[in-house]
Amino acid sequence: MKRRKFDAAALPAKSARAVDDRFQVATPLRKLLNKVFPDHWSFLLGEIALFSFVVLLLTGVFLTFFFEPAMTEVIYNGSYAPLRGTPMSAAYASSLDISFDVRGGLIMRQMHHWSALLFMAAIVVHMLRVFFTGAFRKPRETNWIIGSLLFWVGFLAGFTGYSLPDDGLSGTGLRIASAIILSIPVIGSWVSSSIFGGEFPGTIIISRFFIAHVLLIPGLLVALISVHLGLVFKQKHTQWPGPGRTNSNVVGERMFPRYALKQGGFFMVVFGVIALMGGLFQINPIWLFGPYEAWVVSAASQPDWYVMFLDGSTRLMPGWEISIPIGDGYVIPPLFWPTVVLPGILVGLSTMYPFLEARRLKDYKHHNLLQRPRDVPARTAVGAMAVTFYIVLTLSGANDVIADKFQISLNAMTWAGRIGLLILPPIAYYVTYRLCLGLQQHDREVLAHGVETGIIKRLPDGRFVEVHQPLTSADGHDGHPPALDYVGWVVPKKMNRLGALGPAIRGFFYPIEKPAEAPVSPGHPPVEARPEREEIGSGESRR
Amino acid sequence: MSTHTEHQAQQGPEPLDVNDPRLSRFDVVQEGARRDDIEIVHYEPQVAPGSKAERRLTRTVALMFLLTGAFATAFLVVYIWWPWQWEPGAGGDKLYTPLLGVTLGLALLGVGFGILTWGKKLLPKEVSIQDRHDQVDNPEDRKITGETMLYLADEMGVRRRPLLGISLLAGLAPVGAVAAAPLIGGLIEQPHKNNQMFTTGFHPAEGGRKIRLIREDGRPIRPADVSVGGQLTVFPGIDGGVSNLHADSPTLLIHLREDDAQKSRAANERKGHGDYMWGNYVAYSKICTHAGCPASLYEQQTNRLLCPCHQSQFLITDNAKPIFGPANRPLPQLPIEVDEEGFFVAKSDYTETIGPDFWERP
Repeated sequence: MKRRKFDAAALPAKSARAVDDRFQVATPLRKLLNKVFPDHWSFLLGEIALFSFVVLLLTGVFLTFFFEPAMTEVIYNGSYAPLRGTPMSAAYASSLDISFDVRGGLIMRQMHHWSALLFMAAIVVHMLRVFFTGAFRKPRETNWIIGSLLFWVGFLAGFTGYSLPDDGLSGTGLRIASAIILSIPVIGSWVSSSIFGGEFPGTIIISRFFIAHVLLIPGLLVALISVHLGLVFKQKHTQWPGPGRTNSNVVGERMFPRYALKQGGFFMVVFGVIALMGGLFQINPIWLFGPYEAWVVSAASQPDWYVMFLDGSTRLMPGWEISIPIGDGYVIPPLFWPTVVLPGILVGLSTMYPFLEARRLKDYKHHNLLQRPRDVPARTAVGAMAVTFYIVLTLSGANDVIADKFQISLNAMTWAGRIGLLILPPIAYYVTYRLCLGLQQHDREVLAHGVETGIIKRLPDGRFVEVHQPLTSADGHDGHPPALDYVGWVVPKKMNRLGALGPAIRGFFYPIEKPAEAPVSPGHPPVEARPEREEIGSGESRR
Repeated sequence: MSTHTEHQAQQGPEPLDVNDPRLSRFDVVQEGARRDDIEIVHYEPQVAPGSKAERRLTRTVALMFLLTGAFATAFLVVYIWWPWQWEPGAGGDKLYTPLLGVTLGLALLGVGFGILTWGKKLLPKEVSIQDRHDQVDNPEDRKITGETMLYLADEMGVRRRPLLGISLLAGLAPVGAVAAAPLIGGLIEQPHKNNQMFTTGFHPAEGGRKIRLIREDGRPIRPADVSVGGQLTVFPGIDGGVSNLHADSPTLLIHLREDDAQKSRAANERKGHGDYMWGNYVAYSKICTHAGCPASLYEQQTNRLLCPCHQSQFLITDNAKPIFGPANRPLPQLPIEVDEEGFFVAKSDYTETIGPDFWERP
């Protein structure tokens, strides 16, 4: 019986057959392996958010093993001598222990904090990419809404996490949060006392924030991220216009192996950068802030960067109180407008934007091709306006530091912020709009007349003209080459882009390859329309 | 275009026989892609097999992987043997976390860039085109699914037997409330228990005993303890007075200079708070009326108190009126006097609400 002999070479095939017999995975797996993804550097911004979220989960689980979410008063007796003997909450003491008495705890804490900041930053930058290229248009409105919700849920995750160590700075943040809740008309004091279990600070808020931070909010984030990715997968990624790219196809690479390898490598790079930051750059040194005490705060207390715009709006808001003289009298505190109403408007406007734009343009078609920002001046200008608004608020969140470092009056900084918040966004709108039109016009000029060569020619009659290199060799009707149509993609504007200088020869000390042929289009291999089947040979260039 | 290719894919030249032994593996891969409506239109190795460039790249990638191993080992060595316990001064323990970060970061970057180089430089470049199929594939399917769902409703007889639906809703609504009740009922907390939002630790104890002002370390304060122009954070002399249990009680006791004190007294009189000061001493709540941070930066020359959180500024000599920033309400003033033993006491509790504003603040 030779069959009993073990054949190692046949093992993979055999087990694969066994799996497929039971689960019928061959066809779906082939579809997955073959799925085509378009490639562009800007498509990787969202990945950074995803990867830092993975790092957040990994480091966060580690931290839960050592953190004690309790406000019980203890006397610190750990190895950080300056605080020894200080009464503090168990939460703060265990955060100090993570930093000083758990081996490698500090780098985990710092990596957790840095990846949280990176997560939020990547979300914002990714959102800008999606906005300015029109990737949110039908059929992707749902994913845009989920994305903007991810920002706000991430914001909550960040705030609850920031509050957990119960240090001097985070306690002050909590105090402000309670004041914000208190400012809500009619129900404010009820909501605040329900959340804090009585008057601020109470004794239960840290344990409540803990369960929100480690279970409820991450659960919500995981759910939203899963749907977000699932929809990207189902609806297929958008792509830039270009040769052979249409609204109804995807031009790119199959997911495996090259695309997947690049993703895996990129994850490791993001992870590595977070590790470097967590090790080298100190963040939130809670041992310097001391335990939270209601009467202690120092200048330059700033929140994490993604909260600064709300801090800024709070600083800029004038003290306008609305009194309602009924009965004993009621008030709507000024704090209500910049911290409750403003975020409410921002959430509403940002989530509804795809529908607002579709309605204004009466555009209800499917869009799978991206737009260059210059081609949609109105949207780009609105985006620039929003970004300016945000930047003024964020800078105002640090206006005391700016005033201090640059020796400017603090009050002048506040007034600059108040005025800037009103007049800079419209200016940004106008300037951006004009810039877009100018860029559009220049694209058309190059398409009509060719690229400037920098070569000046003197005509027989004495005039000087610059020689232009036309982008096409075809002949037009009057001796000039015909004007090319703009197709929504980069127009080469420099002779180098046309291969005038030839590419540099690669290699450090000696050339490692022959000088390549001049590329035909900037940075992209030539792509032709989908050919007939028979024309394809294996492993060969079609050129 | 999409329907055209669809047509071609289904009824065009018949699919390749993948069992044909003459086919290369790539032919089979390509046929598989075709069956998923993917055309590999450009497929080009970046380096020739066996070429110098290939060997060089292979060495580079391998070097990166080996560096990863080296740095990961270095991480473990540092983790185990480097002194890590905190010591005063600038000892080697301060390098523990940076060294962990550098070794871990470089290890991860090594494997990351190794994989990236492998994928980007060594694997063939390709351009594939896949159909999106994001239009409605088959309007008939849509119709059938719609009809099926409507038929479901018919089968259930929702239209014919409306009582069922209504009674089900009427039955389920309280169940929803049952789910919400313990959550809301458990969390909800009456905010005005013991009138807590309007009282502080300075509220006179039972029998009208006045509460002393104490320092952070619990000692009571004599007027001579605060020099002219000086200020001191004081707390109610009760159990837990110097703790977050009485987060609304911290108070700033200021010894004003003579001329400032006169201004302050005049302002007090205008407001009907004529007897709130004791001598040249005033006491104002330290909890900002804007967002509740401690307004703790006192500018002696201008008598302004600044809250570092949102830069509200209060003029102490004018009843701590807000003169700049987002605050809308003066800091409440604590009426003070000195008891028979010569220590500061609060004459009564604050007469205005402490801390950030809320709806029902009178």
